[in-house]
Amino acid sequence: ALKPLGKTLSKPGVRNVVLVEGVRTPFLQAGTTYADLMAHDLARGALQGLLNRTAFPKEAVDYIVYGTVIQEVKTSNVAREAALGAGFSDKTPAHTVTMACISSNQAMTTAVGLVASGQCDAVVAGGVEFMSDVPIRHSRKMRKMMLSLNRARTLGARLSLLGSLRLSHLVPELPAVSEFSTAEMMGHSADRLAAAFGISRLDQDEFALRSHVLAKKAQDEGLLTDIVDFKVPGKDIVSKDNGIRPSTMEQMSKLKPAFIKPHGTVTAANSSYLTDGASAVLIMSEEKALAMGYKPKAYLRDFVYVSQDPKDQLLLGPTYAIPKVLERSGLTLADIDAFEFHEAFAGQVLANLTAMESDWFAQNCMGRKAKVGAPPMEKFNLWGGSLSLGHPFAATGCRLVTMVAHRLKKEGGQYGLVAACAAGGQGHAMLVEACPQ
Amino acid sequence: HVNTLTRQLQDDMMEVLNEVWGNSAVKSAVIISTKPGCFIAGANIDMIKVCKSAEEVSKLSKEGQMMFEKIEKSPIPFVAAVNGTCMGGGLEFAIACHYRVATKSKKTVMALPEVMLGLLPGAGGTQRMPKMLGLPTAFDVMLTGRSIRADKAKKMGLVHHVIDPLGPGVKDPEERLIEYLEEVAVGVAKGLAKKTVTVEKKKGLMQKVQDAVLGIPLVRNQVYKTVTQKVMKQTKGLYPAPLSIIEAVQAGVEKGPAEGYHVEAVNFGKLAMTPESRALIGLYQGQVACKKNNFGKPEREVKSLAVLGAGLMGAGIAQVTVDKGVATILKDTTTEGLARGHDQVYKGLNDKAKKKSITTFERDMTLSFLKGQLDYSGFEKVDMVIEAVFEDLSIKHKVLKEVEAVIPPHCIFASNTSALPIREIAAASKRPEKVIGMHYFSPVDKMQLLEIITTDKTSKDTTASAVAVGLKQGKVIIVVGDGPGFYTTRCLAPTLVEGIRILQEGVGPKKLDSLTTGFGFPVGVSTLIDEVGVDVAAHVAEDLGKAFGSRFGGGNVDVLKTMIQKGFKGRKSGKGCYVYSAKKKDKQVNSGTEEILKAFKLTAPPAVSGDEDVQYRLVSRFVNEAALCLQEGILADPVQGDIGAVFGLGFPPCLGGPFRFLDSFGADKLVQKMKRYEDAYGNQFTPCQLLLDYAKDPSKKFHK
Repeated sequence: ALKPLGKTLSKPGVRNVVLVEGVRTPFLQAGTTYADLMAHDLARGALQGLLNRTAFPKEAVDYIVYGTVIQEVKTSNVAREAALGAGFSDKTPAHTVTMACISSNQAMTTAVGLVASGQCDAVVAGGVEFMSDVPIRHSRKMRKMMLSLNRARTLGARLSLLGSLRLSHLVPELPAVSEFSTAEMMGHSADRLAAAFGISRLDQDEFALRSHVLAKKAQDEGLLTDIVDFKVPGKDIVSKDNGIRPSTMEQMSKLKPAFIKPHGTVTAANSSYLTDGASAVLIMSEEKALAMGYKPKAYLRDFVYVSQDPKDQLLLGPTYAIPKVLERSGLTLADIDAFEFHEAFAGQVLANLTAMESDWFAQNCMGRKAKVGAPPMEKFNLWGGSLSLGHPFAATGCRLVTMVAHRLKKEGGQYGLVAACAAGGQGHAMLVEACPQ
Repeated sequence: HVNTLTRQLQDDMMEVLNEVWGNSAVKSAVIISTKPGCFIAGANIDMIKVCKSAEEVSKLSKEGQMMFEKIEKSPIPFVAAVNGTCMGGGLEFAIACHYRVATKSKKTVMALPEVMLGLLPGAGGTQRMPKMLGLPTAFDVMLTGRSIRADKAKKMGLVHHVIDPLGPGVKDPEERLIEYLEEVAVGVAKGLAKKTVTVEKKKGLMQKVQDAVLGIPLVRNQVYKTVTQKVMKQTKGLYPAPLSIIEAVQAGVEKGPAEGYHVEAVNFGKLAMTPESRALIGLYQGQVACKKNNFGKPEREVKSLAVLGAGLMGAGIAQVTVDKGVATILKDTTTEGLARGHDQVYKGLNDKAKKKSITTFERDMTLSFLKGQLDYSGFEKVDMVIEAVFEDLSIKHKVLKEVEAVIPPHCIFASNTSALPIREIAAASKRPEKVIGMHYFSPVDKMQLLEIITTDKTSKDTTASAVAVGLKQGKVIIVVGDGPGFYTTRCLAPTLVEGIRILQEGVGPKKLDSLTTGFGFPVGVSTLIDEVGVDVAAHVAEDLGKAFGSRFGGGNVDVLKTMIQKGFKGRKSGKGCYVYSAKKKDKQVNSGTEEILKAFKLTAPPAVSGDEDVQYRLVSRFVNEAALCLQEGILADPVQGDIGAVFGLGFPPCLGGPFRFLDSFGADKLVQKMKRYEDAYGNQFTPCQLLLDYAKDPSKKFHK
């Protein structure tokens, strides 16, 4: 039996912004079938898939916003390159945003702003991450020498510059995997976070296993309908995520800690893995969508961004964001029918849930009188999450929003809540309301 | 709250240990402190101070040795879980255990600081350290007493395992960290019992090579020799503790543990009875006393501060202030001056980043608290202004008036002057109760002392505020009364003037330096003149000479003035008593200065010009002036006098400061010497009344 619908979160004088459609390429482990592509290829796949599935007239797209984290320097505005390649109109402007793991959330909320303010009627948002290839640079010394070489006028000047070449010039610079401000790896921070909240290795492994089991079930039941096929040139058509692997607790318990050795609890099996993938959504004003004959999936309602200490609370974004977004819309946790949290690490998810259940944390760290409470597990990430489906950094946000919309439809719920943490100690939460069916 | 090793603790500990050993179900054990930020801070100093004889102290050492030996030879493995201070006897306790886990908390510091108190690690430290770290590192740790952070300790092989501090969770992070440390340590202890964890550390190639080389007795002898030479060079033989440490280590390594432990205990007892140890312990306790605010909590905390003048001092003051996260305006009159000052602050912080004591990100964050500017904008919101402009009363008056026109009523005006009386500066103020002196020492980021000067009009709250700011900047603080030269400069001036006299009498700058350093001063008088600046020295000598008359006479200030005319302003100009060049390490005497000295040559009275008399002429003028400051009430107590002299002016630490020196040397003996000098030179050597009083009654002591 359906529960009676609650109030709508529509606001007087503000246009209703809707999610018309959301798609994604299959998410693949880095270094697998997508290995020889480039980021904008995957982005093209998602954008083209969105056009195909909606049959949306290209010229009606007012704007494109796309997220990415690790930038391919050749396509620094990957939004524009991918849109052109995907056959969008060359008259549609596009820009790229970056905000670590909430980059496509930022792309979507930028779109929401453009539509709500009446600047646009139809905006495409999305994000791409390509971890099979990352920019590895020459060392600073080498770069400096090469740039000076460009300016050197005479042969003598060039030769003397070349003469200064030392072996140390040739040591390459890898993209930073640690937080710039603290020089700490995210997994290391996650391990400390789990320890601070007393989250055991067993709890983390169990949660990771749950994610894989639920993802497998969703995959088998055909619930992951946001996936569009992707044809890799010279290879097969990819139509499934390839990182979903339900293991056993025994096997998982054998793994050694990946970051804090030897006593840490975060392992490869209870962390999200490096993933290639792209996602895209069509965001419109409700009015225009209906006028064009579309059946929107959900309203995109209140959202917040938060930020906190990047050292000790790097991944606690959801804990800070959720009470704020609930207050903005006048809802309580009990009103929410479907939760979709980004799963960076099992320990991180469980630390957030523990923090939300803690009066001590609410009072001492958030300046609140009491805890807000944690989501019940029977409404939480029921179709798997980043741990199992994969986590292409800048593509995950759209996956979360599309998934919560699909779940609301399938489960008959009204309100969905999306939350995610991001590097830099930032976080995001958004309320999604099902459209009347 | 800290844990210290006391008799009581020893008894309690033995009781628990016997219980542990008596229970066959206990397979391994963890030693951990539940006190936040403290494992064991070391032995209780008072326990040593009350002992009347070397034998009594040796006995304490032997008891400690025995307890730790029991742990070392325990049938079950012990894990020391260290969070916070782990010093002296605390570290000796930890290294007697079989395995050490430490948190990387900023509070976790390991050290054997006994040498700084004129003692040695007397509970097995001199015996276990060489085995654990190898001879060279063990000597380094014990002879410098330096603090070792957890990650460094891991690298050195002092601890087996480190754990990172935690952020907030569902309880106080410190409390949770101790819990977490316990969880990890218990895991290790269980592993040790089950033999899944081993105590042996993997040795690197370098370590293996070093061990092999040090296995050769001839090489070891060379090590002892080199270390002894180094110690002698640095201490001039004035400090017995380092030599005793070497002796104890050598005894253990060469003649076996029985002899080693015996020598350690005997030497520990002997050292505790030395005046050097008493002096150093006095300094340690004085320093602790001078890190407290005795003027109460200020009405409002200084949250933003402005420094006037971006010169060496101004920029230094700005650096130590932004370093503690206080928003600081650095104001100068020229962009060049400002840029130089900004660079100085940047360099100070960047050097720390290079040494990895802070990250480059922390450097940038710290630097963001600094705002450089040429005008007075924003001064309407500052809580304190410290001026560090040129030492000229009219300039000081000018800036005081300018500042008072823009600052809020509660704002404090502090003057960083080394000699100008504060009441004369405050004479231009509309609110003299808010005016105070804050005399920093150069280089500000390295020198620990801050001399705060109050006038009879300075309010108590102003003083409390200045002390609070100084403490925040990490300073050791003395609060003194107002007068020309206050306390420190007033002691320094007659000493420098006497130094000039000695130079005029034909003792060369190098010889003068070696006589002063040979007495225990870290820097010789000639070098000191160059470091302070010949112009500054002349300025101070002349000003104070005017204020105090013939007592500040002796040497001829014209020597300095002639040097200035020739451009010999000291290190900053490249030439002073010495010639400075970036290339040469060994500095040469400036022949130009030698010529000047010839022109001002005076004949040395043979009766008081031997090496020892030269030393005591310098020291007696210093000490007499210090005593006068106490007599006149410039100094509130001898403790501050000792701390100021040692930390600000480099008075020999082994003597503990002028007052400690009078106690141990005897005021009567010094008065006798001074009378001889008085006969030869005149009233600059006339002992003050306080000295005479103490000379008359040898039972009178400055320190109880």
